[in-house]
Amino acid sequence: MRSKGGQRAPWSLKLAAVAVLLFLHLPLLLIIVYAFTTEDKSYQWPPPGLTLKWFSVAWHRADIWQAISLSLQVAVASTAIALLLGTLAAAAIYRSRFFGRETISLIIILPIALPGIITGIALRSAFNIAEIPFSYWTIVLGHATFCVVVVYNNVIARFRRTSANLVEASLDLGADGLQTFRYVVLPNIATALLAGGMLAFALSFDEVIVTTFTAGQQTTLPIWMLTELVRPRQRPVTNVVAVFVIAVTFIPILLAYYLTRDTVHVGGANK
Amino acid sequence: MMLTPWGLKLINSAPLDQLWPRIRRSLSDRLFKQRTLLLLILLGPPLMWLGIVYLGSLFALLAQSLFYIDEFSGMVVHEFSLRTLRELFTATNVDIVARTVTMAGAVTVFAAVVAFPLAYYMARYSGPRVKALFYLAVMLPLWSSYLVRVYAWKLILAHEGIIRWTFEHLGMARVLDSILAIPVLGGPSLSVSYIGMFLVFLYIWLPFMILPIQASIERVPTSLLDASADLGAHPAQTFRRVILPLVFPGIVAGSIFTFSLTLGDYIIPGIIGSSRLFIGQAVYLHQGTAGNIPLAAAFSIVPIVIMAAYLTLARRLGAFDAL
Amino acid sequence: MSSAVTLDRISQHFESVVAVDGISLDVDSGEFFSLLGPSGSGKTTCLRLVAGFDQPTAGRVLIGGEDVTAHPPYRRAVNTVFQDYALFPHMTVRDNISYALMVRGVTDSERRRRTAEMLELVQLSGMENRRPAQLSGGQRQRVALARALINAPPVLLLDEPLGALDLKLRQQMQIELKALQRQLGITFIYVTHDQEEALSMSDRLAVFKNGRVEQTGSPQSVYDKPQTAFVAGFVGNANILSAEQAGRLGMPRRETALRPEKIHLHIDARTVPQGAVKCSGRLLASQFLGINTRFEVEVSSGLVLDVVRQNALEQVVPSAEGEVTLAWRLDDAHPLGAQID
Repeated sequence: MRSKGGQRAPWSLKLAAVAVLLFLHLPLLLIIVYAFTTEDKSYQWPPPGLTLKWFSVAWHRADIWQAISLSLQVAVASTAIALLLGTLAAAAIYRSRFFGRETISLIIILPIALPGIITGIALRSAFNIAEIPFSYWTIVLGHATFCVVVVYNNVIARFRRTSANLVEASLDLGADGLQTFRYVVLPNIATALLAGGMLAFALSFDEVIVTTFTAGQQTTLPIWMLTELVRPRQRPVTNVVAVFVIAVTFIPILLAYYLTRDTVHVGGANK
Repeated sequence: MMLTPWGLKLINSAPLDQLWPRIRRSLSDRLFKQRTLLLLILLGPPLMWLGIVYLGSLFALLAQSLFYIDEFSGMVVHEFSLRTLRELFTATNVDIVARTVTMAGAVTVFAAVVAFPLAYYMARYSGPRVKALFYLAVMLPLWSSYLVRVYAWKLILAHEGIIRWTFEHLGMARVLDSILAIPVLGGPSLSVSYIGMFLVFLYIWLPFMILPIQASIERVPTSLLDASADLGAHPAQTFRRVILPLVFPGIVAGSIFTFSLTLGDYIIPGIIGSSRLFIGQAVYLHQGTAGNIPLAAAFSIVPIVIMAAYLTLARRLGAFDAL
Repeated sequence: MSSAVTLDRISQHFESVVAVDGISLDVDSGEFFSLLGPSGSGKTTCLRLVAGFDQPTAGRVLIGGEDVTAHPPYRRAVNTVFQDYALFPHMTVRDNISYALMVRGVTDSERRRRTAEMLELVQLSGMENRRPAQLSGGQRQRVALARALINAPPVLLLDEPLGALDLKLRQQMQIELKALQRQLGITFIYVTHDQEEALSMSDRLAVFKNGRVEQTGSPQSVYDKPQTAFVAGFVGNANILSAEQAGRLGMPRRETALRPEKIHLHIDARTVPQGAVKCSGRLLASQFLGINTRFEVEVSSGLVLDVVRQNALEQVVPSAEGEVTLAWRLDDAHPLGAQID
């Protein structure tokens, strides 16, 4: 055990642990290899040859750039809204005890606790009823709804970890409410906000299920990918885009991890 | 020691003569005196968004399950009727629900079995640095692109893909063929079989099982294991009698995710596996091409009801403390 | 002397729980006043009401004669030293200490000058660029003190400020705090559950129980003349005799507190001085505690008295189960007043 005598893990356990890790990561590595294959009609393994050609093909595809640009815009707006709403909700739930507090935290978690498809068609049918045409904002509305919880989780975890007395100490020393927010609260939750924002960004950038229902004819990057998955047309280009998506989502996740690594939270988020 | 008295300082401080500090202070005073107002300001926006927009849409959708579709015109009839809900119990629809629940159950059980060794190793045998590394190794797939990961399996499971290639190179192509020949579970190739779909589900949701199990193993004091060994229990007995009961809430916590996520997924069954429907697909088809919103809404109720029952059970088993 | 802080019949309810139940207190200017009581007795709640962190359900809080009940904390002329210090973790020692000046818009040079003075006062010069996480417990305590004192508040509130320190450091800080209070001449309101601390530091103290004040007075009067059985037992140790038991021992028939160290233990009944209350008993147990020895003596029909005797060289040590005689002056047995009503 880790405690005494440096007892070693049984080799069978070690082997199993390594096998599970490989199971989790090999598929992602495989995609990277596929991005270089010369074969473009099938998913042939091993690749008959390696080439960089598809990167330049993908680079010159306007539809991909448009999809990326839309996805980025949606992710930025959803993250901003989620940061605002998530922080407000966390502050309210943490600071005060009031009737219905439990219900409110349930409502915040609901959008990710329920299957995405339910959130998706609920919003779609609401748009129909209210006669709201699909637009950039309908996508943002859907994304922000489930991104709030990620920010909320991060911020409330930070609130719980920081001494409740800090705010009181600041008021006590003569700072009014707004000064206290600026000089004490904000600096203390800054990294949690940043981490929550990163994860919300990654979540939004990658979201496909709710988006299918709120995008109408617009194509975000995941929607583009989904179309390729259902009816593969340019397999190698899809491979390249997949590699790009891995890279883009890994960066915020890693950053978020390093910003909050002293608070390991479990199961706090999902898709 | 000379100190300026407090009160004097407060009155004389220059910035209070300026406009902004004065506004700021009177605003703070007001918020302090009316704490309910502050609470409303904090809670208002998130509640407007989630409580009204989101919950409103959700209830509007669920309410539509009480409407029905006119068989001749294909138009939604806005009259309350249990007709649509009753339609859920036709043989085809019951099949869909049963198929989905079976898959979710299988994925959950296997995820627990596969997750356990890694979780155990992380919790018991790794130092802080290795543990951080493992944690990251589990977190990354959990947060990284769902679609890309599904896509990876499309490559892997393809007839010309790496799995068949591996089997062939090991001279075991026949083993794979006989696995694929299993009725119902198998199929012409892995990518159109339930086995393939099962593997993808398992892969996608596995991280959600590892983390809660790892956390709950970590909470079992090592002294308990020593005590059990000290009292003469074999490692296997210690595992069954001490570790497993204590870690069980963690497994249930993880299962909430794997079960619920499998239950509502419509993309994986659409890309991998046979053409037989799952709940998510049924919802998708009914609201989309079929234009039968009432039935889609009725189908949406199914995972909600199943999960509500599941969560009630999980709460009894103490899973919420393990989250 | 004028009142620095007055609590006028204040009550504080949290939902159905009554934390403070109609307390009235007057703290004089320049006084070291302790709120002493077990946890949950309402002493910290009282302090928070003075600071303005909580609002009383009923009653008024006056600071320097002014009714501040409705004032937010930043408008009150008091400052607080928190139990966990509540130092701002993202700021250096200097920024922590000068925070109160910064939020009032005091100029930078003035801030630096005053901060340097405070650092000197709490003997932390040279530490100004450290962060709270890089300080020891004792150093954090000093930073918290300097931060709260920089505006020279007329009243300083201290919430178990020494609770997190180890015994040696705590004793040293007790002396320093007391000296500081004398030097600055400001009022200290000091919350503690440690009766020794309260006795040794305070000019006056209030003993709390279940949201009420049981007794207020100087340390000596509270110790020597406890008014209730609770005060007698919480501040020091006491044998509590019921009215009937007191009567049987030849004292007035009233509930009575009797300090263990006021009881003299005699092996030979003839050595008991004239006029003392005396009774014989059987020694049940003795505990050697170094500086003194504690005895348990059964005096007739199930009444067991605690007796403490200073250890000296030629003392006769009574044998276990032996007969002994106990004696005390009637003046040392204190009838409990409040209990009679």
